[in-house]
Amino acid sequence: MTFRNADVLLDVLRYQLGLTGAKPGCLNGDCGACTVNIDGAAQKSCLMLAVEAIGKEILTIEGLNAPIQGVFVDQFAFQCGYCTSGFIMNAHSLIETKKNPSDEEITAWLESNICRCTGYMEIEKAVKSVIHLPKGP
Amino acid sequence: MNIIGKSVIRKEAFDKVTGRAKYTADELSGPSLHARIVTSPYGHARILSIDDSLAREITGVRAIIVGSHEFPLTGEEIRDRPPLAVDKVRYYGEPVALVVADRYEIAKKAAELIEVKYELLPVINSPTEALKEDAPILHPNLMSYEKIGTAYPVAHSNISNVTKIRKGNIENGWSQSEVSVEATYGFSPSSHSAMETRAATAEIKPDGYVHITTSSQAPFMVKRLMGIYFGIDIGKIIVETPLVGGAYGGKAPIQWEVLAYLASRAVGGKRVKIVYTREEDLTTAPCHVGLEALVKIGCTMEGVITAAEMVYWFDGGAYSDKAIDVSRAGGVDCIGPYNIDNVWCDSLCVYTNHPYGTPFRGFGHSEVLFAFERTMNMLAKKIGMDPLEFRKRNSILPGHTTPTQVVLNKNTVGYLPPCIDRLKDLLDWDQGEITEVDDRRIRVKGIACSWKTSTIDTDASSGVIITFNSDGSMNLMSGVVEIGTGTKTILAQILAERMKMDVEQIHVKMDVHTQTTPEHWKTVASRGVFMAGRAVLEAAEDVIRQIKDVAACVLRTSTEDLEVAFGRVFLKDEPEVGLMLKDVVYGYKFPNGNSIGGQIVGYGNYILRRMTYLDPETGAGQPGPEWTVAAHGVEVEYDKRDFTYKLVRAATVVDIGVVLNHKAALGQVMGAMSMGLAFAGRETFVFDELGRVMNPQLRTYRPIHYGENPRYLVDFVINPVENAPYGSRGVGEHGLLGMPAALANALSIAAGVELNELPLTPELIWRTKGAEL
Ligand code: FES
Ligand code: FES
Repeated sequence: MTFRNADVLLDVLRYQLGLTGAKPGCLNGDCGACTVNIDGAAQKSCLMLAVEAIGKEILTIEGLNAPIQGVFVDQFAFQCGYCTSGFIMNAHSLIETKKNPSDEEITAWLESNICRCTGYMEIEKAVKSVIHLPKGP
Repeated sequence: MNIIGKSVIRKEAFDKVTGRAKYTADELSGPSLHARIVTSPYGHARILSIDDSLAREITGVRAIIVGSHEFPLTGEEIRDRPPLAVDKVRYYGEPVALVVADRYEIAKKAAELIEVKYELLPVINSPTEALKEDAPILHPNLMSYEKIGTAYPVAHSNISNVTKIRKGNIENGWSQSEVSVEATYGFSPSSHSAMETRAATAEIKPDGYVHITTSSQAPFMVKRLMGIYFGIDIGKIIVETPLVGGAYGGKAPIQWEVLAYLASRAVGGKRVKIVYTREEDLTTAPCHVGLEALVKIGCTMEGVITAAEMVYWFDGGAYSDKAIDVSRAGGVDCIGPYNIDNVWCDSLCVYTNHPYGTPFRGFGHSEVLFAFERTMNMLAKKIGMDPLEFRKRNSILPGHTTPTQVVLNKNTVGYLPPCIDRLKDLLDWDQGEITEVDDRRIRVKGIACSWKTSTIDTDASSGVIITFNSDGSMNLMSGVVEIGTGTKTILAQILAERMKMDVEQIHVKMDVHTQTTPEHWKTVASRGVFMAGRAVLEAAEDVIRQIKDVAACVLRTSTEDLEVAFGRVFLKDEPEVGLMLKDVVYGYKFPNGNSIGGQIVGYGNYILRRMTYLDPETGAGQPGPEWTVAAHGVEVEYDKRDFTYKLVRAATVVDIGVVLNHKAALGQVMGAMSMGLAFAGRETFVFDELGRVMNPQLRTYRPIHYGENPRYLVDFVINPVENAPYGSRGVGEHGLLGMPAALANALSIAAGVELNELPLTPELIWRTKGAEL
């Protein structure tokens, strides 16, 4: 595929690849709605140029199939759903990166995302319920 | 069956956790041009010239549109707003020109090259300034504007509407009162900040049909107003709304659709997309009103309130839009949920050079309650009474009369006293308001009570269509927009309960398409479940009647002997004799091939009953269907040294009538509380002397983030309402209503000074304390 040097990853994902799960919320790094995983690390795709992602593994919500999605449903961890892709991708990266994170670590990780609908308690419950799931072999 | 009350998972849940859920800007099905707005950099200025010659030279620019007297004025009560500024700009962020180009980047570049020359005009930065004698008049033509609604503007002033509330005799009230408190309050406008910014696409087809897709709470109002503004046949306007990424009232007004339409019209009807940047969403789009208030309450030594006298000056911003309605709602419920015999209130909507106001979750209530409930606390303190006891003693109850002189009954008002009792338990109220943590920090509780009715149009209605599939399952179509409240899932629960059917058998059409979805006035005011729920029940009766008609013929019985449940229609007294619904709902076929019936299609609608306009002199009238009441509390941990604080716990107890979906209801209440605490504690536009918004980004206009939230305690008082679907009351907004007052009451106790402004920042506390030193 071709894109301009100036294109940010979020725009290329959305408008060239049609992967609209990552959302624009501020294009300024303030909201986290655009979060994807790059080589396993949570990354705000509005803050990264598409050229910087060449050769890297990009995981978007469309390609995710993980327990965190199910618990978000069970815990009512979203309402309008606009922040959800970003929250889930960020939480997924946390779960994959850190074993048994403390409350402080979870907060430090998730405070980069904004949810305007929920009171965050539902999201906290959802994330913690996966962290405390027995891990597979 | 027992589906009511169950935490049924929202129908669109799996789309939302897999990235498949589609919002307006995600619609990429066809090619489209892109529009970018040029906005005003000042709060108030004359436009001297607009030079777009450089911008026009850029390849890929298709059209540049500037304001013109040819364009209609827009507005829902008073048509006072040009879609693109003409001659003058009246707020920072106001659209001045529109560029349409092949790509967004091109439109943006061209927009930057448009040179607008301004001459600065004096700026009105508050209602107080707007009402000064020498204040500039922002709308000299105010009285000649067309009115759509029932606004009462004041000639040669900046007042777009006056609501007068006169109940009892205020002089008598004051003569009976032994103790009184008077205080003033104020806060600036702020933002809804839904995570999805406003967006729309518009296309005008060669046959004249106008197709609009919009992130809106009011697609049917878009249709109606576009027809009025541009003289388009209403049937030729088709509006679609997919899922909406948060709204909170901020997507009830019509603005971005008009721009998209003008853009499309300028390029021969081609499809044009407009997606607001976060900065535009914060400043260009309509916002949450500001307020200044004067409240005086008087009571006897025993704590019986005898008089309440208020003036509310709503900062409606540069154009009146729905701020007029918000200020009217603030007048309707100008006191808290109390029985007060003598009430006098003027609620004014005032023009300023701020972004213009529109509905915000709570619709004027959290705003006036902040002022009223703060005063209540001061009065309780003055007579030495527990603030919750004081409120309980004065609770409004069935049999009492509201400020607009509606006599309440047990259906039209909830019970406040049990809400207060439950709140006491949740907050361990008996352990006192203040607890020492260490020599620096204390924990302090503050409380407030609230009520709200929904002052929506007297002729607002809601329709529902039900069709069947050949397997006996049902499709449910309603004009309610799924803005995050889960209303459509709850409607499915209501239908499932009535049909005694598995909720999985109810398929819900999520998006709204005004040509195929029956109208629901607007998805606002916590009225979705009540109105559309009533329509669902009526539609269910309709299909049940049709099913029975066919079955009676087949089973050779009368319809009275039949019952519909569990996917069958059968004899009440001989349940084994019956038919599967799937064999009836697409027409019944006899063994010899004869058929009767056909696909069953049912409909229902509901219109609010017996609503009236308010009397312009006294406010008397029926403004809304019922009042939900709630009690709220907030506990903070306050640092005496640097005036910072942490939110520890926040509690709300609502008389909800009946819970329809437990987790969804909790989510609505907690989400509303979160928004209320953000509004109360941190969110405000910061204006400079030129009326510029100094914090138009989410890092400087900073909502609550994960981890900054308190622990939420939510409980419900159950008290079914007779005419509501399964007895429920509206609950989408009520968690928010008492938060600003409860937080301010807590912090006022903690800091030992009366905090009567918002947001309640450490700096405000510091300033307020400093003034007393
Ligand atoms: S859009 Fe990337 S952080 Fe907001
Ligand atoms: S669910 Fe709406 S912003 Fe999080």
